[in-house]
This record gives sequence, structure tokens and C-alpha cells, in this order.
Amino acid sequence: MTISGKAYIAGIYEHPTRKADDKSLAQLHAEVAKGALEDAGLSKRDVDGYFCAGDAPGLGPLSLVDYMGLKVRHVDATETGGSSYVLHVGHAAEAIAAGKCSVALITLAGRPRAEGMATGTAPRNYGAAAPDVQFEYPFGPTVVNMYAMCAMRHMYEYGTTSQQLAWIKVAASHHAQHNPHALLRDVVTVEEVVASPMIADPLHRLDCCVITDGGGALVVVSLDVAKRLSRPRVKVRGAGEAPKHQMGGKVDLTYSGAVWSGPAAFGEAAVTPADIKYVSIYDSFTITVLMTLEDLGFCAKGQGGKFVADGNLISGTGKLPFNTDGGGLCNNHPANRGGMTKVIEAVRQLRGEAHPKVQVKNCGLALAHGTGGSLGTRHVSATLIMERE
Amino acid sequence: MASAERKFPAPLPNPETKPFWEAAGEGRLLLKRCRSCGEVHYYPRAHCPFCGSGETEWQPASGGGTIYSYSVMRRAEVPYAIAYVTLDEGVTMMTNLVDCDLDAIRIGQRVRLVFKPTEGGPPVPTFTPDESRGIR
Repeated sequence: MTISGKAYIAGIYEHPTRKADDKSLAQLHAEVAKGALEDAGLSKRDVDGYFCAGDAPGLGPLSLVDYMGLKVRHVDATETGGSSYVLHVGHAAEAIAAGKCSVALITLAGRPRAEGMATGTAPRNYGAAAPDVQFEYPFGPTVVNMYAMCAMRHMYEYGTTSQQLAWIKVAASHHAQHNPHALLRDVVTVEEVVASPMIADPLHRLDCCVITDGGGALVVVSLDVAKRLSRPRVKVRGAGEAPKHQMGGKVDLTYSGAVWSGPAAFGEAAVTPADIKYVSIYDSFTITVLMTLEDLGFCAKGQGGKFVADGNLISGTGKLPFNTDGGGLCNNHPANRGGMTKVIEAVRQLRGEAHPKVQVKNCGLALAHGTGGSLGTRHVSATLIMERE
Repeated sequence: MASAERKFPAPLPNPETKPFWEAAGEGRLLLKRCRSCGEVHYYPRAHCPFCGSGETEWQPASGGGTIYSYSVMRRAEVPYAIAYVTLDEGVTMMTNLVDCDLDAIRIGQRVRLVFKPTEGGPPVPTFTPDESRGIR
């Protein structure tokens, strides 16, 4: 069974807040759910499938369907970190294709800023039962230094430079200047990125994404439901997902799970990277973007540095516009999980509802990609291809 | 040279990994080898991640290796170098690089095993540049 053409993204909503001192986590989930349903022209009574991930409070879907008063016949709480919400669209399309639901709601929310969480610079202990923890936690693995080791090896093998990585941040900042909600709206230069303080070599502060509160939601519906709605139809064409890990000690940090999730999504959609007009690429760090573009086939392996340089990712001037909302690097990375906003901006582009300064002309086919977990240890890549009908 | 020493949190052994940490306490690094397919793996586990066999056995590592990748964590109370080191047995393990100039670390450098004490637990395997072997 293929999901291609079986489901449509009918509703999107990105919470405008970037710091939610005065709101609870469940409240944020309900606010984004309401926003996405209103965007679609639906109500909570229409929802018969609910999807959430590890950011959800309490018992996940059990707690949130209770809080929001949803009556659903399908739930899915697949947790793959920040890639969850990209992957959920594919899973929602599968559920819709199988007749398990017809209006699937996907929510994400979090408040790491309000909680003062040391997001990227402190090791996280997932508990003694996690088989890897005792062999890793004592060595201080953090989100930043795990990605940094990928960057370090990439530089060693392919000659990638800090200046090339910086171009990714520069492009994101060019887009963020037009987004009134973006946390960082100042356009930065390559020189400013490489002169920013070193966090974990070779990643500087400006190679890292922002830490924000807030969230987002998506509504995925069947063709029948999509037909009676007045919004532009965004069709799910293909989806792929793949975990990658340390492979029993045969560690190779030069590529990501996108080498598997990408071909699966492209194959299902029956398109190639050359057909894609816009990409939302998970940008926890600049190296995440560079490796993902290579692994998805937008350029040859090892050529990512040259590909992203000289503004090639800037909308209007570059060949491959990316993250036109400013991405996680400048706009929003709610709950330390950027997958949701990747899908949202791709849908805006396909609807022609992105900011006019960054809207891609004739944007008929877009790709969103999520990387959840840690590129340097274990992660899940999720690729989604969408088309304006 | 590195100034202050980083404090290592204690690893928590479980029944599956008890022999590994007991050996660490004696200054020996153990790997797991599969009796069925012959592959050595890391981190150690009861079931071979390559063939799925439950017939795995402990085997000592020589203690020599090469730096595969590393990063110096500057935003820490005491900056430290996390690394992946490829052991001469072929497996690559997460570790720290210690007792050295953090700014002089390079991928490809030869390193040797040195155990470091932890706060209330068995010592952990770290590595230090092996000056006698140079860069491979």
C-alpha cells in the first residue's frame, strides 16, 4: 500500500509565542490544536485521530485527549525526538488510507525557555535502563558536542570549512528578517558566525538553533474531507523514515539516516531532488542541514560545503531556497523539536502563503525533513514530500 | 596542558554489564565478541547486534586506538574533550581524551587507554595521546 495521494494537509498553525511563562504545557497543546483546526475550517468534533510525541505531558495521548475533550478512534504516540512530527504526517496518511481515521490532529508544544532548561550544553541522562547510558553519560555527551563530532569528521574527510557551515545560518537569517515572530531577526554575515563564541568545536554559538517555547499543529485529512474544505489542497506524495545508530561500534558520522528515508520518500512520490522547488531541512545545527542536503541527494556526498556557500539557500537568489521562516536557526525550535515547523513552512510555501519576500514562485512540490535524537549517536530521519494540487 | 580535571559521574552497572565494570575496576577494558559470527562489538551487550546470537563472550582490548572524531566542550565548567576512538580491535567507542593539551588534539592521532576514577562508581575508560606512536 502506498500513501501517495491518500491524504492532505488541511490545517497548520505555529504558535506565535517564543516564551510561554504564563501558560501550561497542556494549554499550549490545546492552543495549537485550535489554531490548526480553525485554519482547516474544521472543529474538534471532526477529529477522529490524534498524534503526539515525547513532548506531550503525562501519559501523552491519554492525557491530552482527556484535556482537550477529544473523542477519537485512532491514536499514535510514536516518539522519534524532533523528527516525530514529520514522521507523524506519514503515519497519519497510513491511518487515513487504512480507514482508521479521516481527520488526524498532530500537536507539539513545549516551554524549555520558561523552564530554564540547559538544552544543548548539559548531558541528559535517560536512566539506568537505557543500555547506552552507562557507556556514554560519564563522558559528557551533549546535543551540541555530538553534532560537533559529526562536523569535525566531515571537515576531516571532505575539507568542509566553518565558513561554508556559516552560510547556512546566513541564509536562515536572510529569511528570518521578514518573519515578525522570529526570535532572531538580524541578518548575519559569515564573519559574524565564525566570530561568535565557540560552544563545542567546531560549532559556534551561531551554528546552533534557538531555544524557544511554543509549538505547532497539523491537520491531515482524507480526500473526501479535503474536497469539502475551502483551503488550498496540499497532497502527501511520499514519506520515508529511518533510524541510524552506532552500528555495534562501526561508527560512521559522515552520513545520516536521510540516505535511507530520502530514497523511500522520493520513490513513493515518484519524483527526484531536481523536481523539488523548496526544502524545509531540520536545522538543529548548521552541520545538520549540510549533511542532510548531501544525504537526500541535492548534491554529491562531501560537496555540501560548496553547495550551501555563496547564498545558494537564500530564496530569490539561490538555487534551493530553504527554511524560509528563518528555521530553527533563527525563528523557532519549539520544545527543542524542530520537525513541526518544518512541515508548517513547507505547507505555507505550497499554498503561496509564505511571506512575499521569501515566497518561492510556482512552488508546486516541497520537501520537509526531520532529524530526531542525536546525529552523533542515534537518530531517526523522516522525509516528507508534499504537492500543491 | 589541561588545568582542572573534570569529574566523571558514576556509571551504573546492571547484571548484563557487571563483568565490564568489574574489569574496569582492575584496569582492564573488555569488549564483547560473538561466538556465532565472530564479530566484536561495542558498547557491550548480551545479544550480538550483527547476527542476533545470544552467544557472546568477553574479550580484553589491547588498549591502543586512533581518534576517529572529537569535540572540545568549551561551554562547560571544566572544558573537556569528548571523542570517538577506534580501537585496534576495529570497534569505535565514545570516550574522553584526557591528560593532554585540548587544543592539540587531532583526528588520526594514536591514543592509549587510561582509566579515570568516577564519583562513587567504577572507573571509566578514557584515552590519552600516545606520544610514542605519533599520527597514523
